[in-house]
Amino acid sequence: MSTPSASASAAPQGAHPPLLELQGIRLAFKAVRAVEDVSFKVRRHEICAVIGPNGAGKSSILNIVSGVYRPDAGSVAFDGERRSHMLPRQTAQQGIARTFQNIAVFKGMSVLENLLTGTTLRFESSWLEQLLWLGRAKGAERREREHAERVLEFLELQPYRDAPVGRLAYGLQKRVELGRALAAAPQLLLLDEPMAGMNASEKQSMSEAILDVNRQLGTTIVLIEHDMRVVMDISDHVVVLDHGRVVGDGTPDEVRQNPDVLRAYLGSRRQAAQTQSQSAASDITDPPDASAILAASAPAASAASAAPAPSPASIAAST
Amino acid sequence: MLYSEAGQLSTDYLHGARRFRLRQERLEVLAVLVIAFVAVPAFADDYWLTAILIPFSILALAGLGLNLLTGFAGQLSVGSAGFMAVGAYTAYNVLLRLPGVPLLLAFALGGVAAAIAGVLAGLPSLRIKGFYLVVTTLAAQFFIEWVFTRFRWFSNDNASGLVSVPRLVVLGRDASSPLGRYLLTLSVVVALTALALNIPKSELGRRWMAVRDMDTAAAVIGIPVLRTKLLAFAISSFYCGVAGALWGFTYLGTFDPRAWELSRSFQILFIIIIGGMGSIMGSFLGSAFMLLVPIAMSHAGSALLGGSVDQGAIENYKKILFGLLIVAFLIREPGGLARLLRRARDRARIWPLRSW
Amino acid sequence: MNFFLETLIGGLLAGVLYSMVAIGFVLIYKASGVFNFAQGSLLLFAALTFVSLTERGFSFWVAFLLTLATMAVVAVLIERFLLRPLVARSPITLFMATLGLSYIIEGVAQALWGADVHGLDLGIDDVPFPIGPISVSRFDLIAAATAGLLVVGLALFAGRSRLGLSLRAVADDPLAALSLGVRLPKIWRWVWTLAGLVGLIAGLFWGSRSGVQFSLSLVVLKAMPVLVIGGFDSIAGALVGGLIVGASEKLAEVYIGEIVGGGIENWFPYALAIASLMVRPAGLFGERAIERV
Repeated sequence: MSTPSASASAAPQGAHPPLLELQGIRLAFKAVRAVEDVSFKVRRHEICAVIGPNGAGKSSILNIVSGVYRPDAGSVAFDGERRSHMLPRQTAQQGIARTFQNIAVFKGMSVLENLLTGTTLRFESSWLEQLLWLGRAKGAERREREHAERVLEFLELQPYRDAPVGRLAYGLQKRVELGRALAAAPQLLLLDEPMAGMNASEKQSMSEAILDVNRQLGTTIVLIEHDMRVVMDISDHVVVLDHGRVVGDGTPDEVRQNPDVLRAYLGSRRQAAQTQSQSAASDITDPPDASAILAASAPAASAASAAPAPSPASIAAST
Repeated sequence: MLYSEAGQLSTDYLHGARRFRLRQERLEVLAVLVIAFVAVPAFADDYWLTAILIPFSILALAGLGLNLLTGFAGQLSVGSAGFMAVGAYTAYNVLLRLPGVPLLLAFALGGVAAAIAGVLAGLPSLRIKGFYLVVTTLAAQFFIEWVFTRFRWFSNDNASGLVSVPRLVVLGRDASSPLGRYLLTLSVVVALTALALNIPKSELGRRWMAVRDMDTAAAVIGIPVLRTKLLAFAISSFYCGVAGALWGFTYLGTFDPRAWELSRSFQILFIIIIGGMGSIMGSFLGSAFMLLVPIAMSHAGSALLGGSVDQGAIENYKKILFGLLIVAFLIREPGGLARLLRRARDRARIWPLRSW
Repeated sequence: MNFFLETLIGGLLAGVLYSMVAIGFVLIYKASGVFNFAQGSLLLFAALTFVSLTERGFSFWVAFLLTLATMAVVAVLIERFLLRPLVARSPITLFMATLGLSYIIEGVAQALWGADVHGLDLGIDDVPFPIGPISVSRFDLIAAATAGLLVVGLALFAGRSRLGLSLRAVADDPLAALSLGVRLPKIWRWVWTLAGLVGLIAGLFWGSRSGVQFSLSLVVLKAMPVLVIGGFDSIAGALVGGLIVGASEKLAEVYIGEIVGGGIENWFPYALAIASLMVRPAGLFGERAIERV
């Protein structure tokens, strides 16, 4: 990737309040503590990556921000408004859009139709008008189709416009999901492992798309990602979670050299084996579903295998 | 080329989304309508009208209704016959007790009553998903059957439980002849189908399909899931209600609660499975199939075995055949006859070139 | 008071028959994840096979074993031609397939044996058996005892035998079970045969009560509320659910039926089931499925 390190992004400092602020978030599933006192801020127009070993609580954070999970304690402030819990629909209305770890596209619909569903909150006609196909329905439909076609173009999905999404390759499905989120014209975009399961060229396309979204549309992005190279390359801000706690928070360079982060990822050689089996046991972000475990551990394997052996200095050199 | 699309490009976003975008498709639809409204009345005999075409249209309409709910919105229902009953009995009682109400309005009111019943039946659907909806819709079906059997008021306190519909008069003209009934049925079905065709390309249809494909994701992007599901129940039941009114008025003429039993709900479900779930055309194909196959079977039977075949045996083989077809379609072609037809059409589009 | 107790106990015992049918559903649901709408037809088929064998002079146990063998053959056919092709499909698709299956089985049964009602005599008389101040039917008591034995037998089988263990593994996580070497087709064949056995036993009792006729296949419609209330994947749930449905149905018929007019047995258990679904979606003993995002 030849894009310059993103720490020199255009995010203005200080003057504006953060777009997103988590304070003291805590969440437990029965006996398992998923998230334990997590607080961090996300500035407008920045790309913030949330990283950490499996089971660190990353997806839970995303789910809390998008209203799918309700935290046991703590609050989330979005665009100045603080609340402890919002319903998913309300978060969408506020301008938060997201993608999912196990793709959540609508497989029975075409690519264009999927993108169109992203516009649902803006749609200005009632069901009756649509059933009778009155003028107002036609106008709204035309407007939103035009918007969806622009997203289609932006993400270079035109060849697949009318293809049923269920038939498309995995990487394309992920891009469609991104498109659907974009169609909502969100202020904040939450991406849950957007590169999972992709090969190198697909990752390149997706990274470029994410950067384009941030640079050209100004959308603030929070993403969960395991591929360290991608993270270091495109993020302005990195938050590191481990066992539900924040162990690192800063620019990619700062985080790279943080001893706590290194310990979380590398451990001593004795601890590395222990930590791996521990995080597999407390793997509460992944269901007891073999296929999901297999899918999730593949990128994690690449991160884990990239991490233990090299020293911090060589990680810095390889990016 | 048998089927050339050359030069037929859309320059307007909306135009590109039309169901019958190609000139060929529009001509086909026109041809079908001309045949249905002009040729059939000219040439068909009463048997064809009353025993085949009328029930075909009505069952297609009911299938269309169920398809909206189950095929588009993904809410499985085995209560369609119950909603048909609500439509029929409501129309009957409106005409009986409110003088001067036009026939078509009575049908519409039947649809509205059925829509209300549908919404009530659909209320549990927020917490109850997928297969469990069979339980709630089955409950609705049984409850409705019980209401119309138990409360004789609906049947005008008739001792036998049978009701006879009044003479059909539409817009001042008598419509009680086979031809009249046929045209009345056809008009209603065509009109409602035309409206239904607006659904797949509209936000309404997309919301239904989103809820069908993954309702948690639909909720997260802002679709109001419960409202969407209830709307599906309402509109679908409206269609079934009108179909029920038609069934009672233009086909049966005389009916009792047994016309709306669970077996009819299954029949309609089979129509959409065989015809193609999520396909409006499929409802028509399935209905044609459902009606024509038994006839074909008894003709084939008497041709093979000579003389007339035992009706009971036909019923049996029909059961086995339909069961086999259901399983076969579910395994091989879940898109039903509609998908098969579409594939054939796609091949025709590029003929004489071969498949992709 | 006595009347109430008699009605209640009569209802409970009628519920036992429901439980017996429901257990067959639970077995299949646990192993294949599908609500087998065809279970009622299988029950009918088993009962008809048995009856036609005994009518031809075979003794009870010979007929029983031959019927069991037939049900095993049917299970193999179902596994091969229905379950295997539909292995990755949604529960709704599977349900609709079993709907089609029920039509096939009923059509075949009717083609083979006609539509007449057959009497079935198990040698158990439906005579009153006094317990204290209350009188219960001897038939009902024996049915209850049989159901109890069934439940105990199945529990032992599931807990102790190797096949039972495999079954539990498959019910819990089919993918993991596969990775351990459990052969799904074999499990499915065994389970459907077992369900056939349970269906046969239930069919014998039902048939003895009301004659072996086509409405027998409609027991599936009675089993559904039982499963909803008790939990689709629990045998204990099937038992308790059956008792609840049986008792409440009888009581409602007697006490509420007075006010509203008869015939509410068809929908009343369903109303209960809906209420149960709203309060406890997984049923009394069922497991909550967590939906993953």
